[in-house]
Amino acid sequence: MDILVDNFDLFVAGFFRSLEIIAYTLVGCLVLGSLLAMMRVSPVPPLQRFASGYVGIVRNSPLTVMLFVTAFVLPELGFNAPFFWLGVLGLTLYTAGFVCEAVRSGINSVPPGQAEAARSVGLTFGQTLGEVVMPQALRSVVPPLGSVIIAMMKNSAVVGVFGVGGDLLSVGTRLTSAQGFAITWVLIGVWLGYLAITLPTGALLAAIERKVAIVR
Amino acid sequence: MSAPTSVLYDAPGPKAIRRSRLLSVVSVVVFVVLLGLALLRLYRQGQFEADLWSPLFWPGDEQFPAVWGRIGTGVYYTLLAAVLAIAFSLVIGTLITTSRLMLGRTSRLPLVLLIEILRGTPVIVLIFFSGKFLPAVGVDLSNLWYLVIGLVLYNCVVIAEILRAGVAALPRGQSEAGLAIGLTRSQTVLSIQLPQAFRLMLPALISQLVVIVKDTSLAYFVLTGPEELLRIARQLRNFFDNPVQIYLLVAIIFILVNTLLSRLAVFAERKLSESRAGAPDAEPDLAENADQIVDADSATHGSRGPARDTHEEDPAGHGPAR
Repeated sequence: MDILVDNFDLFVAGFFRSLEIIAYTLVGCLVLGSLLAMMRVSPVPPLQRFASGYVGIVRNSPLTVMLFVTAFVLPELGFNAPFFWLGVLGLTLYTAGFVCEAVRSGINSVPPGQAEAARSVGLTFGQTLGEVVMPQALRSVVPPLGSVIIAMMKNSAVVGVFGVGGDLLSVGTRLTSAQGFAITWVLIGVWLGYLAITLPTGALLAAIERKVAIVR
Repeated sequence: MSAPTSVLYDAPGPKAIRRSRLLSVVSVVVFVVLLGLALLRLYRQGQFEADLWSPLFWPGDEQFPAVWGRIGTGVYYTLLAAVLAIAFSLVIGTLITTSRLMLGRTSRLPLVLLIEILRGTPVIVLIFFSGKFLPAVGVDLSNLWYLVIGLVLYNCVVIAEILRAGVAALPRGQSEAGLAIGLTRSQTVLSIQLPQAFRLMLPALISQLVVIVKDTSLAYFVLTGPEELLRIARQLRNFFDNPVQIYLLVAIIFILVNTLLSRLAVFAERKLSESRAGAPDAEPDLAENADQIVDADSATHGSRGPARDTHEEDPAGHGPAR
C-alpha cells in the first residue's frame, strides 16, 4: 500500500497523461472516421475503394503494427514529429477504421424511405446525407461508437508503453521493475486508474443512448 | 453488404456522371502522386536496396530459409496463444453465462461486477498483471502461459457477453417451453438456450478470434516472451536493420491470417441465415443483429456490448435495416 501512497503524484500524472492521449485521439478518430464513412457511401468509386481498403487493412492488423508504421516508417518518409504525436497519430489512424464501420452501420440503419423522401423533394447527395441521413444515423450509432471509443481508451495503454511514456501503464511498469515487490498495489493503482476512465464513460454513453435513441 | 445502387443518390444523369468521373480522376491522381512521393522518398533513402528485401522475399537468398524458419516460429506461437486463449475463454465464458442466467437478480451482482471490471481493463494491463503477479505469488509458468492467461482473463467475459446476447436474442418461447415440460432452470439453459446461442453467435465468436490473434502482439511490450510474431520481427530487425521491410511483412502476415478468419465468420453467418430462412418461425432480425455484434465486437476488442443494447432494448433499431 505504501508504494501507492508514496507515488501517488506519479499515478495522478500518469492518469492525466493517459487522458491527454485519449482526448487528442478522440477528436482525430471521430473526424477521420466520419470522413472515411462518407467516402464509403459516396458515388465516387475510387473513394469507396480507398476507404474500404483502408478499413479492411486496419481491422485485420494489430494496433502494434500500426504503431510501428507511424513510429518507424513515417520518419523514413520524412514525416518527423515528437514521439507523443506519432503515438497519437497511430492510435487515431487505427481507431478511425473502426469509427468508419460504426458510422456506416448507422447510415445503413436509417430506413431507405428517409433517403428516398429526401431525394424526391430534390435534395442533392450532400444534402440528403448531411441533413436527413446523418443526423438520424449518428443517434442510432451511439452504442457501437461508444464501444469503439472505450476500446480506444483502453488502447491508449498500448500507446503509452510503446514509447510515449508517462501514462498510467508505463508508470506501473516502471515502478514494478524498480521495486520488485509490492507490485500488487502498483497493479491495483493502474487498474483503478483505467476503470476510473472506462466505467464512467460507459455510464455516460448509456445515458446519451437513452436520451437520443430513436424508437421506430 | 451495401446494395450496388445506393438509396442515397439517384441513378446518375449526364452531369452527375461527368462530375463523378472528374472526382474519380482527381482522387486517383492524388492517391498515385502521394504513393509515388512516398516511394521516391524511400528510394532516395536507399530502402529499395536488394539486401534489405531479399532475406525476406527472395527464396534464392542464403538467409531466406533461416529467416522464414524464425517467422514460422513466430506465426506458430501467435496462433497457439490465440487458439489456447479462445479455447479456455469459451469454457470459462460459458460457465459465466450459465451461472449468470441461473442466479437471481441480487445473487448475481458480484458476477456482474467482475464482468464489468474485467471488461473495463485494457488487455495489455491484464497480460502485464499475469506476467508480474503470478511469478510473485510463486506460480512459475512459461511466458506463453502468462500471455494466454492475460488474454483469457479479458476474453472470457467478452465471450460470456456474446453468449448472453445470443440467449437474449432467442424467442422467449424457447425457455418457456423448456420450463413447461418440467426441465429445471439449469437444464433449460444448458440443453435449450446455450446450444442455440452458440449457433447464433458463431460469427461473433469467430470474429473474436481475430481480435485475440491481434492481441497476442501485446505480449511484446510487457513480457520477455514468448517468441510471437512481433518479437521475431524485432530480432530480425536488429539483425538486418530493415524496419520498413520487416514490419511490412509482419503486417501482411497478420492481415492474411485475420482476413481468412473474417471470411470464415462471414461464411458461417451466410450458412446460418440460409439454414434459418427455411424455418417458419425464424426471426428475420436475428441474423442482422448477429452481424451488428460481429461488427462492433471485432471493432472494439469487444468492450461494452452493443450486443446487449441491441437485443434487450431495441431489437430492430441498430441492425442494418436492409
